[in-house]
Amino acid sequence: MTDASLPAPGVQNAAPARPRWQVLLVRPETGTLLLLVGAIIVAANLSPFFSDLRFILESSTYYMEFGLVALVLTLVIISGEIDLSPAAMMALSACVFASLFQAGLPIGLAMVAGVATGAALGAFNGFLVVVLQLPSIIATIGTLTLFRGLSQVLAGDRSISGFPAWFMGIDWRTVGIVPYPVIGFTLAALALAVLLGMTVWGRQIYQIGVSEIAARHAGVRVRRIKFGLFVAMGVTSALAGLLTASRLASVRYDMATGGELQMVLMVMLGGTYIFGGRGGVLGTFLAAWLLVIIATGMNVANIVVTSQLVVMGLLLIGSIIATNAIYARTQR
Amino acid sequence: MKRRSLLAGLAVAASLMGGAAIAQDAVSIVYIPKNTGNPYFDSLEAGFRDACASLGCEFTTAAPATAEATSQIPFITAQTQRGVDVITISPNSPDALNQVLDRARERGVLVLAVNGDLVGNETHRDAAILPVDFKKTGPGQVELLGSMIGYEGEIAILSATTDAPDQNTWIAAMLDTLANDPKYAKMKLVATVYGDDDPQKSTTEAEALLQTYPDLKGIISPTTVGVAAAAQVIQSAGKADTVKLTGLGTPNQMRPFVKDGTVSAFQLWSPYNEGVLAAHFAVGLKNGTIRNEVGATFEVPDLGTITIGENNVMNTQAELTTFDAENIDAFNF
Repeated sequence: MTDASLPAPGVQNAAPARPRWQVLLVRPETGTLLLLVGAIIVAANLSPFFSDLRFILESSTYYMEFGLVALVLTLVIISGEIDLSPAAMMALSACVFASLFQAGLPIGLAMVAGVATGAALGAFNGFLVVVLQLPSIIATIGTLTLFRGLSQVLAGDRSISGFPAWFMGIDWRTVGIVPYPVIGFTLAALALAVLLGMTVWGRQIYQIGVSEIAARHAGVRVRRIKFGLFVAMGVTSALAGLLTASRLASVRYDMATGGELQMVLMVMLGGTYIFGGRGGVLGTFLAAWLLVIIATGMNVANIVVTSQLVVMGLLLIGSIIATNAIYARTQR
Repeated sequence: MKRRSLLAGLAVAASLMGGAAIAQDAVSIVYIPKNTGNPYFDSLEAGFRDACASLGCEFTTAAPATAEATSQIPFITAQTQRGVDVITISPNSPDALNQVLDRARERGVLVLAVNGDLVGNETHRDAAILPVDFKKTGPGQVELLGSMIGYEGEIAILSATTDAPDQNTWIAAMLDTLANDPKYAKMKLVATVYGDDDPQKSTTEAEALLQTYPDLKGIISPTTVGVAAAAQVIQSAGKADTVKLTGLGTPNQMRPFVKDGTVSAFQLWSPYNEGVLAAHFAVGLKNGTIRNEVGATFEVPDLGTITIGENNVMNTQAELTTFDAENIDAFNF
């Protein structure tokens, strides 16, 4: 029974809404954007040879494969899980592709087989996490080692090459000065941002990340969505593996070693909350470019590789602190 | 927002470039070794530095962290962007660098392969500076090991990376010698393993060889990282009497093993001289005093007359130098 003359309960005591500019500005992605701008300015000052757009785009192709997988990894982390095996999945899918090609299979079929392998590996991850209920961080550390070992068993110590000319060198093909992988990465980021931000499925991923139990009780198909995300990781890793094979014109078992850390770095620098429920594709997109700028800028300024690692490590710690501070303040 | 900041960066850069452009008279050389942390390449760099100090060229070096086949590509791109005059490189792969080196040469950069050549892809570099005739290295090593084990028994090879063009050339010659020369008919190659020029992996592979082949009589390790790791393994296992080791090692790394008898002899050349020769050749070519043609000759102080051989390859010395307990103290690299 409500009395129409009294104001609705709660409205009188509600806090005033935060101004829109504050909502838009105090987000982790803004921090990433500022870091990106800062990095461009610092890199341009470190070396006069840096400020050449064609050169930056050409150098960015070395990181686009990881960036592509990091985009999908963002979705996985938002849903509350994590996947540390994508680099090993890249290698194993590429080794399957290359071995089949070397054994005589037409390259088109070999590519399909590679992607199918990626899907199967992702499904295996999904099985471990969703069906057997293992913590995803431990399960995927296990599968990361397993897949890398299988790659070495399959391909041995050698490089497999000899691919047809049309397959190789995708990073040299450009539209204007923009290489194909950059275009692919940007389109994928747009597609995933739309999927995550504007579909019911995307909303449900956030809900699962905030509280899996509440989402399940609300009727969200948690297990199906999580399983699907792991399979998507597998397929994307396989595609990234094929892209790397094209760029390097050869496949080795140790392809993309250490890549999983770079991918997690991109996601964390983009301001996605490690415990899930918050974050977005835009942040990862900006963070990937941030990494490209830092690595390219330091390379062309002849700064040793080890210093680059120090910078990345400090940025990662700083961004985690900032992200946590922002999300903790806005928790209600 | 990015374009505005890029313009701002460009504005700052333009002001910097005005100052930098004035000092571009000297020939700028960059040397890209296989990877960082390998003392062998430190000697090569010292040769470059000293030669550039006397010739007046600018020298820098940039190296990847690992020696895998494609690790040098981002560095070549960055150096091309920096506008160096000469790129000298010890390649980690015979063919992975073709495209990026072609791009550098399109921009007028001189590309020299140092210490190792782009086997099968020599058109993608301008010339190569090799320490000795690489066709002699393999047979020389087989002969040295054979003399230690009485020319019979099981032997193994511990190499660097699977793609390294220099090691692969030597190993191919070793296999050829073992198969075709009747002098080595009783020596049997049981395994070729790869240590990736990484001390940890080389140690593991050497230990695995000793475990897997208990009758192993000798190991050839044609890489300074591998031979040092194998010597350490043999010394720790106390197997210096049953397993003979030789390879290509630096005197400083191998001295303790030669002194205590673990290794009786090994071979190498002078990497320092390669750096000196490469620097002189590069500067001479850029100044027009040297012609890059097969059969041409030129003088280098302390090295004498150098002849440019087939495929634009030149060598710093005629034969491998063999180090043993008698002469090892005379060297410091």
